[in-house]
Formats: sequence, structure tokens, C-alpha cells
Amino acid sequence: MKELVIIVLSAVFVNNVVLSQFMGICPFLGVSKQLKSSIGMGGAVIFVMVCATACTYPVYILLDRFEITYLRTVAFILVIALFVQLVEIVLKKVMPPLYSALGVYLPLITTNCAVLGVTVANIDSEYTFVQSIFNALGTGLAFSLALILFSGVRGRIEHSDIPATFKGVPSTLIAASIVSLSFMGFGGLFA
Amino acid sequence: MTDKKTKSNWYEFTKGLIKENPTLVTLLGMCPTLAITTMAVNGIGMGLATTFVLVCSNIVISLLKNVIPKAVRLPAFIVIIAGFVTLIDFILQRYIPSLYSALGVFLTLITVNCIILGRAEAFASKNKVIPSALDGLGMGLGFTLSLFTMGSIREILGSGSWFGIEIPGISSNPMLIFIMPAGGFFVLGCIIAMVNKLANRKPPKEISCDNCPSAAICGGSCQNREKEADK
Repeated sequence: MKELVIIVLSAVFVNNVVLSQFMGICPFLGVSKQLKSSIGMGGAVIFVMVCATACTYPVYILLDRFEITYLRTVAFILVIALFVQLVEIVLKKVMPPLYSALGVYLPLITTNCAVLGVTVANIDSEYTFVQSIFNALGTGLAFSLALILFSGVRGRIEHSDIPATFKGVPSTLIAASIVSLSFMGFGGLFA
Repeated sequence: MTDKKTKSNWYEFTKGLIKENPTLVTLLGMCPTLAITTMAVNGIGMGLATTFVLVCSNIVISLLKNVIPKAVRLPAFIVIIAGFVTLIDFILQRYIPSLYSALGVFLTLITVNCIILGRAEAFASKNKVIPSALDGLGMGLGFTLSLFTMGSIREILGSGSWFGIEIPGISSNPMLIFIMPAGGFFVLGCIIAMVNKLANRKPPKEISCDNCPSAAICGGSCQNREKEADK
């Protein structure tokens, strides 16, 4: 139990997926303009990450059985792409309110490298099934936290006076650098 | 006729280097740009690995563009790309193990690099084989160039060396922050600002749908949604 809590906390704070591992930068910069869309994207990512891990773990065991683990990149990305499509169709039919909240963000997630990254990282760190699920949950929470915190920072940038050359993306990246700096303070928390 | 044709091929090749440089101008493939550029040599390695995958997948997708049904084209593209990623993974593991371990998980993540899927969707699925290959080569080398620049700046300032050779004066007391994640964001922000200044162009306000490879699936619904939220 204690181990699982540590996995989640270290994924959220110490090894934050966006700010210290640089995965999922595109949605981080693209969707963090408003709090509302940040929450929607964050929710969709948590959901897909946990379910994708639950799907890819058995697939890896199957590949391992036939000794074709080198196919894991192809197999994982296919599973994730199929899964995202499936979730979209099912949600549209079964839970329309949830679909309208998360729906538009779902297609964007197939190419979010954080999802493929976390499934591969789970295998590389030799986690058990339960540990993998908790690691995926922590990584999803970390992504949402970074996105929500950063949408607040960006709200402030929009209204400040910046040199013309730095307006837009450059100032956003430098703000991200400062947010990332603050997360360095968590380093060594569970070492 | 022939003259015009070679000229346009030359254009397809050169546009990716500077004018439409994937990382600095169209802002694609940010994750590897930030993550592995702590050393110049890693930047070049990552850039060339991506170029290989980009050229091969552009050629194959361009050849198969009439065979793949439109509805399932994205999963099909992703599988083609993932196949070539597995190939380069094997090649590096066998011949350049040091680079293989330095790139780590980001080698696998070439699969979901927006540049590759973006070029497949925007160019290779509409054009003939030779222009597609040249487009892939140009874009890949442009990507390599910007990774090399990022890597050089971060290595010189952060480790006080260049390609592993120590630079007298800085190497005794380097600014470690530049090889940390925070330094990556900072250097990329400054480079994009500088490119905009030199090109005398307004910096892109945001990552728009023009450059988003997912736009084909979502049809700009994420943008419309944000506009609705604004109202």
C-alpha cells in the first residue's frame, strides 16, 4: 500500500511527466489556454492512460509468451489508437454528458506521447499489474496538475506587457521553464 | 518542363530546412526537442533517426496512398511509422548502443512524433514518391539542424563542453541549470524568439490547427470549443 502511494506521489511531483520528462508538450502548450479546457483534457488523459495501461499490460504478457516483444511499439500504438476510437464510440452512445465533456479531446490523445510513454515505462520499470495501474493514474494526475497550474500562469501572461518578439509561444515556453524550475524543488523527495 | 520540375523538387527539399523548419516555425515535435538535447551529439542522433523514419514512412505512405481507405488512414499511417521505428531501434541497439541508451524511451516515442504523422497526412498522402521522399529528407534535416543548435547551446552552457570536448574557462564552473528541464524550455523559447526577430516576423500566437496533425480527426472542434467558452 505504502509503495503504491509512493509511486503515485513521485509520478505527480518528483518525475512530473510534462515538466521534467517532456512528454505531452504539444497538448500542454496547445490546450492550456483556459482552465475549463485544461480540466477537460486532463480528465480525458487520466481516463485513457489508466485504461490503456490495463489493455497493454496483458498484450505485453501475450507478446512475451510468443517471444516477440520487439513488436511492442507496433502493438501498443495500435491498441491505444483502437482503444481511443472505441471509447469515443461507446461514450457517445452510453454517456452523452461525459462525451460532450471529454469527447473533443479524445482524438488528440492518440498522438499524445505521454500515453505511449507511460505504457512503455511501465514495462521498462518491471512494474506489476497493480503498480502499473497506479503509475498510470499518477502520471495522468501529474499531466492534469501541470496543465491546470499552467493555465493560471498563461492567464496572467496574456495581460502583461512583453517585448513584441517574445509575445506568444516564446513567452509561454519561458513561463513553462519557471514552472518547471519550481517543480525541481520536489527532487529527491523519495530518494 | 524538366527545369520547372527539378526546381519544384529542390523547393520541396529546402523548404523544411529553414522556411518551414518543423520545430522552430511550425512548432511540431516539441517533446524530443526538449528532452534529449542535453548534448549536441544526442541531438544529431535523434535528428537522424527521425529523418530515417520520416523518409521511409513518407515513401511507403506515398506509394500506398491509393490503397489505404480514407476512414482508416490514420491507424494505417501509425502502424507503418511504428514499423520503421522498430527497425531503427534494432539498428541503433546493434551498432550504436551508447546512443541507444542515451535516447532511451524517446526512441520508441518517434512513433508519436507529430512531425512524422503531420507530414504523412499533409504531404505524402497527396503527392508522388520523389517529392514525398525529398520533403521527408528536408523536414528531417531541418529537425536535425534545430536539435543540433539546441543541443550545442545547452551542452556548452550547461556542461562546459562541446561534443564531449571540454572548453577551457567554462568547464570548471558550468551553469548546470541549462541541462535541467527548466533550461530546455528557456533555451527553446529564446531560440524561437530569435528566429522570429531575424526573420522579421510576428511570432505564432498559438499552436493552430494548420499545424496540428490531429486536426484531421477532430476537425478543429477543440478550437471552436475554446471560442465558445470565450463567449
